Amino acid sequence: MVEFALPKNSVVLKGQYFKATEGAKNIRIFDIYRFNPEDGKNPRLDTFEIDMDACGPMILDVLMKIKDEIDTTLVFRRSCREGICGSCAFNINGKNVLACTKKIVDYKGRIKIYPLPHRPVIKDLVVDLSTPYAQYEAVKPWLMSETPVEKNKERLQSPEERAKLDGAWECILCFCCSTSCPSYWWNGERGYLGPAALLQSYRWIEDSRDEEAGERLAELDDHHRLFSCHTIMNCSDVCPKGLNPGKAIAELKKKIVLRQ
Amino acid sequence: MSDYKIIDHSFDIVVVGGGGSGLRSALAMKEAGFEVACVTKIFPTRSHTIAAQGGIGAALGNMEEDKWQWHMYDTVKGSDWLGDQDAIEFMCRKAPEAVYELEHYGVPFTRNSEGKIYQRPFGGHTKNFGEGIVQRACAAADLTGHAILHALYQQCLKHKVHFFVEYFALDLIMNEEGDCVGVMALCMEDGTLHRFHSKNVVLATGGGGRCYFSSTLAHTCTGDGYGLADRAGVPLQDMEFVQFHPTGLYGPGCLITEACRGEGGYFTNSLGEKFMEKYAPTVKDLASRDVCSRALTIEIREGRGVGKNKDHIHLHLEHLDGKMLHEKLPGIMETAKIFANVDLTQEPCPVIPTAHYNMGGIPTNRFGQVVRPKGNDKEAVVPGLMAVGETACVSIHGANRLGSNSLLDLVVFGKATGEKAKELYLDQPKKSLPKNSEASSIARLDALRNSKGKSTVAEVRLAMQKIMQADASVFREKSTLTSGIEKLDKVAKSIDTISLQDNSLIWNYGLIEALELDNLMTTARSIIYSALNREESRGAHSREDFPERDDAKWLTHSLAYGASKNEPVKLDVRPVHTWTLTDEVQYIEPKKRVY
Repeated sequence: MVEFALPKNSVVLKGQYFKATEGAKNIRIFDIYRFNPEDGKNPRLDTFEIDMDACGPMILDVLMKIKDEIDTTLVFRRSCREGICGSCAFNINGKNVLACTKKIVDYKGRIKIYPLPHRPVIKDLVVDLSTPYAQYEAVKPWLMSETPVEKNKERLQSPEERAKLDGAWECILCFCCSTSCPSYWWNGERGYLGPAALLQSYRWIEDSRDEEAGERLAELDDHHRLFSCHTIMNCSDVCPKGLNPGKAIAELKKKIVLRQ
Repeated sequence: MSDYKIIDHSFDIVVVGGGGSGLRSALAMKEAGFEVACVTKIFPTRSHTIAAQGGIGAALGNMEEDKWQWHMYDTVKGSDWLGDQDAIEFMCRKAPEAVYELEHYGVPFTRNSEGKIYQRPFGGHTKNFGEGIVQRACAAADLTGHAILHALYQQCLKHKVHFFVEYFALDLIMNEEGDCVGVMALCMEDGTLHRFHSKNVVLATGGGGRCYFSSTLAHTCTGDGYGLADRAGVPLQDMEFVQFHPTGLYGPGCLITEACRGEGGYFTNSLGEKFMEKYAPTVKDLASRDVCSRALTIEIREGRGVGKNKDHIHLHLEHLDGKMLHEKLPGIMETAKIFANVDLTQEPCPVIPTAHYNMGGIPTNRFGQVVRPKGNDKEAVVPGLMAVGETACVSIHGANRLGSNSLLDLVVFGKATGEKAKELYLDQPKKSLPKNSEASSIARLDALRNSKGKSTVAEVRLAMQKIMQADASVFREKSTLTSGIEKLDKVAKSIDTISLQDNSLIWNYGLIEALELDNLMTTARSIIYSALNREESRGAHSREDFPERDDAKWLTHSLAYGASKNEPVKLDVRPVHTWTLTDEVQYIEPKKRVY
């Protein structure tokens, strides 16, 4: 029998409620996904009342405030706090974002903070990203070129050739895109590389200095690796850096069709 | 303490840190033929090298005539003569080769019309020994660090460096002779302890600027290398020299690159004056960072700051071509929009000097070998231990680092570690591990983990940051430094009475933050004690009670020992190298530093 309900151990239960300090006038409510791999219990949703007059403007500020002042056991990744390192990607009110560049005022009502979807949760908001990292490595994200280079000289690249990389090389590997993709949810473990890895592949195929575009395309030309993309476009919709992996994937498909 | 599981590893080389310097070093070690492990507390591309914006300095001469000798002169002058000139010569000579190598790795540099690497003007970089501005910073838009960090990680993947990601280094393993034979680390995912036995450890852990309240730096810049070194009896050099970047975004502190001024931006005060003309008549807004930060601080202090509280300064870009801004400074446009709600093509950016970089660090020679003076031998090295990047003090930055020299530092000296290690260790066996090499790490970890005191990590950290911000900032003087030390020592003791709510070993970030705080405290104490000790003003260290540079007494590196202990930090000195590497260039004698 097909099981349509979630398995019992993944049902998210109601968790603790943390009231704001007395006298707080400007309260926002945050529901945060918690999971402790050691207590044998189901994940839960803890609720925090936060006094916005004593908190910074970004979602990350809320998480830091909770961790520093209310519940120090809360676990999440963070580093640069300015949208460039890609550590603090979470699913907030149903959409993947970077917590450090997302403003609280951009949301109405209660704010739900979940880990990135469809990744194994290690603890609270920390997920296992080993699959997307491996997929990134699988596209050989490095320059491949047989032509010898002169030791004390750069390869030349015209500004027009260089401009082709814009929108592809700036990816910060937050994986907001891949983990928002329904096809990746189903096929990510079956061979679909997902938008983050495919954007990376595109970045090298477009690079005038790289000489293995043919080889790279041949490796992508597979029912799953590239063609499990069904142009749903969640990837481009969520990218916190405003990149367009969906378009890059379409370009890759086109290149493969054209070379046949 | 029996619940700690220890897993043993054996590698030729263990690199601690996965940022630019760690990756470049790991790559050089692979090229030299070693088996290399890279132990890093965050995934490599999340490291703070990512935040380097404007460029990497090298006299390529792609835009106009340039010479490595001019670059060397600028770096020496920028360092206020505290840099070691043999190492500075080495770095500036090697710079073009290092940048071409990065290009060969695939770094997507911006290009000029000839298809060569684009170079932009940067603070303190001049032509013909100070005559005017030169375009020397090789740039990939304003995301140069991102471009380089990702390319280095990709090369490490290609060359099969063995990564241990989200492993927190606890302690160096030193044998009875004081040689380094490995490192202990905690796997954050499952709480196992890992003992890495190696011929050589490279510390590449970055800086510790988070000991200040307002900082351009990532939350993860916690001076871990300083803690590791200090606990192993290695001194920390020139720690009083902390760079305050003139253009941290007012409020959140995010970095606004110097490239803004390189591309034509300028400062104004509340009177609308372009005040940099007063402080640096020749290069004005492109004076070096210490000069600009002091100028901004003086303007604010004398009541000419902008804004409601007159507590910051305006940086103008709105007179520049909008298309150029989008092309050359896209990252800054985005940061200013998100964090200050400012459209830089229309209105000025609110900025304030913000803690940015540690010029000081673990002393090394130009091969990356860690120096620990022994008796009269002030150049004695620690066998088996190297350091690279911001965590090291070679010293090329001296009392003030020039913009674009930090990326250069990490690629040049990262590579140098590989070459030296090949000569020293390739055919050598590993030295044996001492008995109970894990005991002290476990004791420290266990004590922190089960500590049930009154204060939280966040409270102690905030108290430390506030003290450093108030008493060891752009301007310093004896009375505030002395009271700062008194307060900080008291706060440092309270680490022993920290309380952790969670004593799990699986992804216990509270525990990791406590360990980081311990390292930050070592950073902070070494800075403030060294700052009180140095009774002169040089580079980034400005003493109001000693406003002049004093070469007779203080043309010397300072050393701090034992900042991780609950006792006064011990101070010493070590001579500055007043010679060059070759006879092709002469030692540059100290003179008055004017821009």
